[in-house]
Amino acid sequence: MTNSINEITNDAQLMLLIGTNTTEAHPIIGYKMRQAKRNGAKLIVVDPRRIDLAEEADYWLRINSGTDIPFLNGLMHIIIKEGLHDKEFVRTRCDNFEALESTVKNYTPDYVSKLTGISEEDLYAVARLYAKTDRAMLFYTLGITEHICGTQNVMSCANLAMLTGHLGRPGTGVNPIRGQNNVQGACDMGALPNVYSGYQPVINTEIRQKFELAWGVSLPDKVGLMIPQMFDAANNGQVKAMYILGENPVLTDPNSNHIRKGLEKLEFLVVHELFLTETAEYADVILPAASFAETNGTFTSTERRVQRVRQAIEPVPGQANWQAIMAMSAELGYPMDYNDPEDVWMEMAFLSPSMAGITYERLEEKGIQWPCQSCDHPGTACLHAASFTRGKGLFQGIDHIPPHEVPNEEYPFLLNTGRILQHYNVTTPYSMAIQSMWSEEYSELNPEDACKLCVETGDQVKVSSRRGTITARVKVTDRVPPGMIWMSFHHATSPTNVITSEGLDPTTKTGEYKVAAVKLEKV
Amino acid sequence: MEMVKLTINGKEIEVPAGTTILKAAEQIGINIPRLCFLEELSSVGACRMCVVEVKGARALVASCAAAVAPGMEVQTHSPAVMEARTTILDLLVANHPLDCMTCDKMGACELAALCYEYGVKQSTFDGEKHSYPLETSNPFIIRDMNKCILCGRCVRACAEITGQDTIDFINRGFNTKIAPFFDEEYVESNCVYCGQCVSVCPTGALTESQMAGKGRRWEYTKVKTTCPFCGTGCNFDLCVKDDKLIGVTSNPDAPVNGRGLCIKGRFGWDFVNNENRLTTPLIKKDGKFVEASWDEALALIAKSLKEIKEKNGADSFAALSSARCTNEENYLVQKFTRAVMGTNNVDHCART
Ligand code: SF4
Ligand code: SF4
Repeated sequence: MTNSINEITNDAQLMLLIGTNTTEAHPIIGYKMRQAKRNGAKLIVVDPRRIDLAEEADYWLRINSGTDIPFLNGLMHIIIKEGLHDKEFVRTRCDNFEALESTVKNYTPDYVSKLTGISEEDLYAVARLYAKTDRAMLFYTLGITEHICGTQNVMSCANLAMLTGHLGRPGTGVNPIRGQNNVQGACDMGALPNVYSGYQPVINTEIRQKFELAWGVSLPDKVGLMIPQMFDAANNGQVKAMYILGENPVLTDPNSNHIRKGLEKLEFLVVHELFLTETAEYADVILPAASFAETNGTFTSTERRVQRVRQAIEPVPGQANWQAIMAMSAELGYPMDYNDPEDVWMEMAFLSPSMAGITYERLEEKGIQWPCQSCDHPGTACLHAASFTRGKGLFQGIDHIPPHEVPNEEYPFLLNTGRILQHYNVTTPYSMAIQSMWSEEYSELNPEDACKLCVETGDQVKVSSRRGTITARVKVTDRVPPGMIWMSFHHATSPTNVITSEGLDPTTKTGEYKVAAVKLEKV
Repeated sequence: MEMVKLTINGKEIEVPAGTTILKAAEQIGINIPRLCFLEELSSVGACRMCVVEVKGARALVASCAAAVAPGMEVQTHSPAVMEARTTILDLLVANHPLDCMTCDKMGACELAALCYEYGVKQSTFDGEKHSYPLETSNPFIIRDMNKCILCGRCVRACAEITGQDTIDFINRGFNTKIAPFFDEEYVESNCVYCGQCVSVCPTGALTESQMAGKGRRWEYTKVKTTCPFCGTGCNFDLCVKDDKLIGVTSNPDAPVNGRGLCIKGRFGWDFVNNENRLTTPLIKKDGKFVEASWDEALALIAKSLKEIKEKNGADSFAALSSARCTNEENYLVQKFTRAVMGTNNVDHCART
């Protein structure tokens, strides 16, 4: 997030939510949005599903799946046409306005309305409201990124915020809410194929030399593989050994049959896990993992806040994960020398300018939001206050990119997927309390379609795509529009990712979890 | 800012206009007892425990709701005040089961603490008592409405923190009760089990099912930590007894969420105690996993990875790190991959 969570209740006058079911996926943030709305802030929800916050919203725009770019272009078209953009901000802080202007010129309300299913009247009203409100926060989550055009969707959100000057001040910003507890931190730490910690590129010679010096080895200068490429490489025999820590790609990654085949082909697989997961079944060696309650360390939240994780009990498997990784490294002839996770943090901070000022001691009370370059720097609640990372913000003219796969005669339904409130990827199914109430998939289906298929809530349906078939119970509800089935991916008995699309965002390699074509049959 | 001068218990103090008497007293270290008042919620002045004597006022004043005025002379613990509070407690206890020795809230019960302070052992009134059935139909929250003192904190927490509006006051007089619409149980209502109501309840009326019978409140060690579920970064306290996780309770000082949590953060922690946790390394032999020591497992990993790297080069290895693990663990995985295995093939599920 460019901005901070508590600005929702403290500063924002308007919240624009695109593709985020916040009260379920990020409940505390969702609850704060509801508080803000009830205290007078405006709320606009753009989502094909009638999510909880849609009930509270001033405007709920039921957008057709996969039409976010035309929608955002449509808003900008109106804003520019009516001269509502922040001309000062555009002139002093941004480049390339002409490109944006010439692209969005084609996105007339009439055309956009046809593509998105949103009325022209609502397009005008929302465009005016967002542009004219002084402090407006834009939020999105995977409804924006999990598309083949995820990168362009994100840029379009940035275009809109820059155009209206909704950046760099409290109560504004472009705020992607990160899904998993430490997805921000895993990126920050360089668990990515192209960067070391603090987003320092592996192809930059100077930076690589710094790490070589610190680590006492020579380091590879070629960017590595992203997850989908890893599994492609496993399938074609280039990758032969893998180490997987605390992830269950068989259940959570798109097109899971492809993942299974890749894992089968590996010569050697180490899985470091809390439980014997679907992925761990393929391992040659399983290392038992310690949970968050059994280790010291830090997580970094979606607002870039680094906070302490504190050990409450002894590690169940006898070793915390940092100890196990150190031991593995020593066996391979590279002893690491840390007394505790704090030592690891200190080394990382020393090598990473954007976190250099953060110490465990400073995290004690409230954590710190990076960037925090020095020990007297208070941390950064709001990014881009004076300038953007590249200096000036760059507008991009972006055209509509339809989904990889759209419903047709044979596969007439659109499959959309996501999280439900009670579950979280792969640990909550091991909570006895939660599992005792929500142990099964309940896919959402519109009453109109349910009637045609002769199914009621609780009935089983067979859901098939070009990649496979699964069964799931349905819940008949008008939360979803006709023609859509919405499923979560939490339940091993209905492994939704067997059927999700193989479409990928070519830049980020993110799967298009939000749109696939499927057919339904009553069982 | 306009400032107001007043005296509390003879001490002179200056506070911004609009400050309540209760907050003003806190600033000079005087704690006024309260049951319905809670910092994070709106004030309703319902329980009257916080009454104080204000010189010249006709009746005692609820200090949580009344603002200071210039020249005010306040007594927070005068005989009239003490008597009023004792009477309130006496009345509350008249219709409250005194089974404190087996109550799961004991040690954190604000009613018990005040009765101790004001020397209320049992009620001098002998009135009708409620006999509501215990509600245990959901796996998260036990509701014992016999212990409810109708302070209304839970109602305000549900409405003001979560915005769910599940519970409210129903009925009148002696039959007044806190319940979801139509007096349904939580399982029938729109409850999302955030447990905000439990975290604010001053008595044993609302308690955590998972913690029932696991220990007394003073036996727990509380360890403040960060939630392992979504990316919001809520903080809470892990409650530990004898090296075992007993539960999660709110930590009001949490920078992002305060007392608020969701179902996952407050009630999902028990995956840690799941009996299917892996406790020892496993090595696959003839298609079956057999238990192994750490040394055996690590030796096999080292041998296999070395061989594969020597035969096929560094890029034949890839590591998947975890968006659920700590920063330090992630840093070590990427360092291991780069420095030890010699490849940049490291990634994590950033995209789900
Ligand atoms: S249940 Fe607890 S918080 Fe709610 S009114 Fe009763 S005593 Fe107060
Ligand atoms: S308590 Fe709920 S909202 Fe807060 S971090 Fe945990 S999962 Fe997210």
